[in-house]
Amino acid sequence: MQCTHSFLFDDWHVVADMELLTQQTPIATTLFESPVTVQCDDNGTVICECKGSALPTQTRYGFVWTSLGEPARDIVHIPEAYEDDRYVVSGGSFFVRTSGLRVVENFLDMGHFPFVHSGWLGDEPHTEVKPYEVTLTEENEILATECYFHQPVASPTATGGIEVEYTYRVYRPFTVALYKTNPVCDGRMDYIVLFIQPVSPETCVVHSLLCYVKEGMKRSDLRWFMQLIFSQDKPILENQIPRRLPLDPRAETPIRADKVAIVYRRWLRDHNVSYGAIPAQGDPR
Amino acid sequence: MLKLYDYELSGNCYKIRLMLSFLDVVHSIESVDFYPGAQHKSPAFLRLNPMGQLPVIEDAGMVLRDAQAILIYLAARYDSQGVWFPRDDPVRLGQIAQWLAFADSITATASVARLHDGLLYSHVDSEAARLGAHKLFRILDEHLYFCEQVEQTWICPGDQPTLADIACFPYVMLSEEGGISRIDYPALRRWCDRFKRIPGFVVMPGIFHAGPGLEASTV
Repeated sequence: MQCTHSFLFDDWHVVADMELLTQQTPIATTLFESPVTVQCDDNGTVICECKGSALPTQTRYGFVWTSLGEPARDIVHIPEAYEDDRYVVSGGSFFVRTSGLRVVENFLDMGHFPFVHSGWLGDEPHTEVKPYEVTLTEENEILATECYFHQPVASPTATGGIEVEYTYRVYRPFTVALYKTNPVCDGRMDYIVLFIQPVSPETCVVHSLLCYVKEGMKRSDLRWFMQLIFSQDKPILENQIPRRLPLDPRAETPIRADKVAIVYRRWLRDHNVSYGAIPAQGDPR
Repeated sequence: MLKLYDYELSGNCYKIRLMLSFLDVVHSIESVDFYPGAQHKSPAFLRLNPMGQLPVIEDAGMVLRDAQAILIYLAARYDSQGVWFPRDDPVRLGQIAQWLAFADSITATASVARLHDGLLYSHVDSEAARLGAHKLFRILDEHLYFCEQVEQTWICPGDQPTLADIACFPYVMLSEEGGISRIDYPALRRWCDRFKRIPGFVVMPGIFHAGPGLEASTV
């Protein structure tokens, strides 16, 4: 299935973690089912190619970005990545056998915390997701705010259970972030963003960037915690059927806690995003 | 205090975490940035283990590498009952050693497929690894089926699980992350469920606790 959709195709996507590229070059990967080669020459210049043709290439936030089309806009701007009092590290790149859209939706979901991340991001019987707000911003992003959840171990620096406030932000169809209460510094929020590389409609590589307030934190614990949590999600994600995200409002039955997922699916529909999705009934796509 | 050099997603490190939990050994954990940092290949780590592999332990001034070797050491040192590694039983010792070597073959196949599929290890032959894992799973499934026929619960004879069970469990249980389904190995799956009910069992990412509904059906 060729991706012909400009909103996705003419955009920047992460294809490699710079840290892996320094260990091994070239790296062969796949974007929208097209083979992409990423290499770093002796001068440190990074080049992406597809079938012998050079692709637009940038390095930012410790990742290599490319596009198979002509990028109509720049890479997402992340001010947190430039704040000196934060550790800014990648969380590791993981291949997942499901649509990248499913990964976004799972990232937006608080309802699974007590079950999938039991003892860490939630615990039974504290399973209720309290009502929260969802808005579409002027920049055409989805924001979920006033999301509160009690977490036994919210972060590597947590020393006990705390009430955590989350803000979720969907920048682009395959780019999603969260801000969550830092357990040590009052008023500060830690930040995690997923840059999802669509490999095919039903497979993806999930790259993550972690921007955590340094105070009280060990840099090495960041990756450990992110990978612990993400690897708990992975088998659940890979067992969701169908692998593509159904956009028909009648295809799956949401509950109130899924408010942000409902908006996300509608937003994908409104932007005619069908890569990794099952289009809504009666939809010509 | 015993120190474990650990990577959370490593099945071989998980073997040691399981043993430490079963034996209730006080220990500290030094997290190694295996991926993507490749800290296990750093000069500092290579001084600890020239093989550049996890897990490694430090205990009472000794450095020990290799998951199976560490299991033997921990059982011999901290299992005063001699249940996990029955020092005075030549027959069972031989059998345990046989399955420890078998577990290493599971690592060389099922774990390799998982690294390929999940952690982007592109330089390995994942198809060969999957085929190899299926051959091993068939052997273990048959073995466990015939064990069940004589009411033997664990891989080696006796009422209690041994190191053989710990060594084989992690990469069997994580196999689906490497595209290796266990659907054709019913005795293997039943053994996995029994293993999860051993007192002191702990999970790792990708492995969940046994469902409470099955409690009554296991004996």
